[in-house]
Amino acid sequence: MTLIHLGPWDLALASILVLLLAAMSWRLRLGIERRVLIAAARSTVQLMLVGLVLKVLFAQTSLPLIALMALVMLSAAGLEVMQRQKRRYRGPWGYGIGAFSMFLSSFTVTLLALTVIIGVDPWYQPQYLIPLLGMLLGNTMSGVAIALDSLTRQAWESRGRIEARLLAGGTWEEAIADIRREALRAGLIPIVNAMGTAGLVSLPGMMTGQILAGSPPLEAAKYQLLIMFLIASGTGLGSVAAVWIGSRRLFDERQRLRLDRLV
Amino acid sequence: MAGLRLDGIGHRLLAPVDLTLAAGELVFLSGASGAGKSLLLRAIADLDPNTGEVWLNGEARSRMTPPDWRRRVGLLPAESCWWAESVGEHLPRARTAAATTPLVLDWLARLGFAPDVLSWSISRLSTGERQRLALVRLLAQEPEALLLDEATANLDPASRDRAEILIETYRQHAQAAVLWVSHDPEQRSRLSRGLDQRPGGRAFVIQDGHLEPES
Repeated sequence: MTLIHLGPWDLALASILVLLLAAMSWRLRLGIERRVLIAAARSTVQLMLVGLVLKVLFAQTSLPLIALMALVMLSAAGLEVMQRQKRRYRGPWGYGIGAFSMFLSSFTVTLLALTVIIGVDPWYQPQYLIPLLGMLLGNTMSGVAIALDSLTRQAWESRGRIEARLLAGGTWEEAIADIRREALRAGLIPIVNAMGTAGLVSLPGMMTGQILAGSPPLEAAKYQLLIMFLIASGTGLGSVAAVWIGSRRLFDERQRLRLDRLV
Repeated sequence: MAGLRLDGIGHRLLAPVDLTLAAGELVFLSGASGAGKSLLLRAIADLDPNTGEVWLNGEARSRMTPPDWRRRVGLLPAESCWWAESVGEHLPRARTAAATTPLVLDWLARLGFAPDVLSWSISRLSTGERQRLALVRLLAQEPEALLLDEATANLDPASRDRAEILIETYRQHAQAAVLWVSHDPEQRSRLSRGLDQRPGGRAFVIQDGHLEPES
């Protein structure tokens, strides 16, 4: 099986479908035609650019360039996590907690996969590193964003309950324990569900891509499994880190609940 | 020195307060709504950032861990909050009536509750029941000083009397200093006589950000 190259004409045909969708939205007054078109345009530009950047990166295998790319990806993910918070932390913490937890989890898990599991040589070969990191960051991002949002939102709503536990002589960790647990659960449920239904309901995107690109299905399935395990552990690690740092930040050195640290 | 001593305690609405309550002393606090009475109690319990130092029986607050401090200087908020399912889960070492100390059962009885109240679900309780049970919950942590924020505001006269008597008994038994925010002048005259008919009960009012003796 060989890869069938997509020409500009093939993409243009597919884009007509999106135009039809926009037209339908206009006709039915759904009011989202603008957003559909802008999103489609954005993804076209972004993906083409990334394709070009990766082409350059793959040709060079230069560690500084790859590190720069990884940094750009991380900072974009950090921004996204911050924007998904209803109540975010004031100051650098608002960005820092999410970005740091994602850095901690995605980068270590990617590194582990590259060096120990896949055994790429050199370990920073961009053809492996960038897609793996991208997958991990993307999923960890959702987990961290949901977990942090759940943590701060619940803390905001349960002020009386948290303070009641503090007043009863509880430590800050006892006072926030339930909320922490709930936040972690919320962050982990999407990936757990995805693992549970993988292959039954839908073929995961990466596996689909590999099959379309001509890989034997069983190889594609093995890679998909690897990715899923990595994603699950990365998301778990990232959510735990974010919830731990985040909940610590909700209390000060005298174990007072400091909701004024949220916006 | 036994008792509760406030040494320059202040918060954003209140100039630093110096006030000493002897062990077992009852002091009333009043002031217009929003004057900062509850905030003063919260500051003493170290629930909000505040300036100054508090001493309990000669021990400085800053030398104690916050959980320890808040257990020993018990604050009863105006609105009681509950975190678990049943009443008993909120009491230290007491999930069932059998495991509860006779003292707590006695307090419950004094407020008109049977021992099986411990297995009641929190969502079943009325506001007044919650307030009375919050008092028992507070006393069960054996505080050495009490900060009461409108402790009996939502209670009917009979329940209010029972709660007052319980607090008075505890105050005299444990020699606990009590700082009581109350708007009810009758309550203050009732209690300032005391159960032992001893006159007393200083009263302070918060006015324009200052704590002043009530004239």
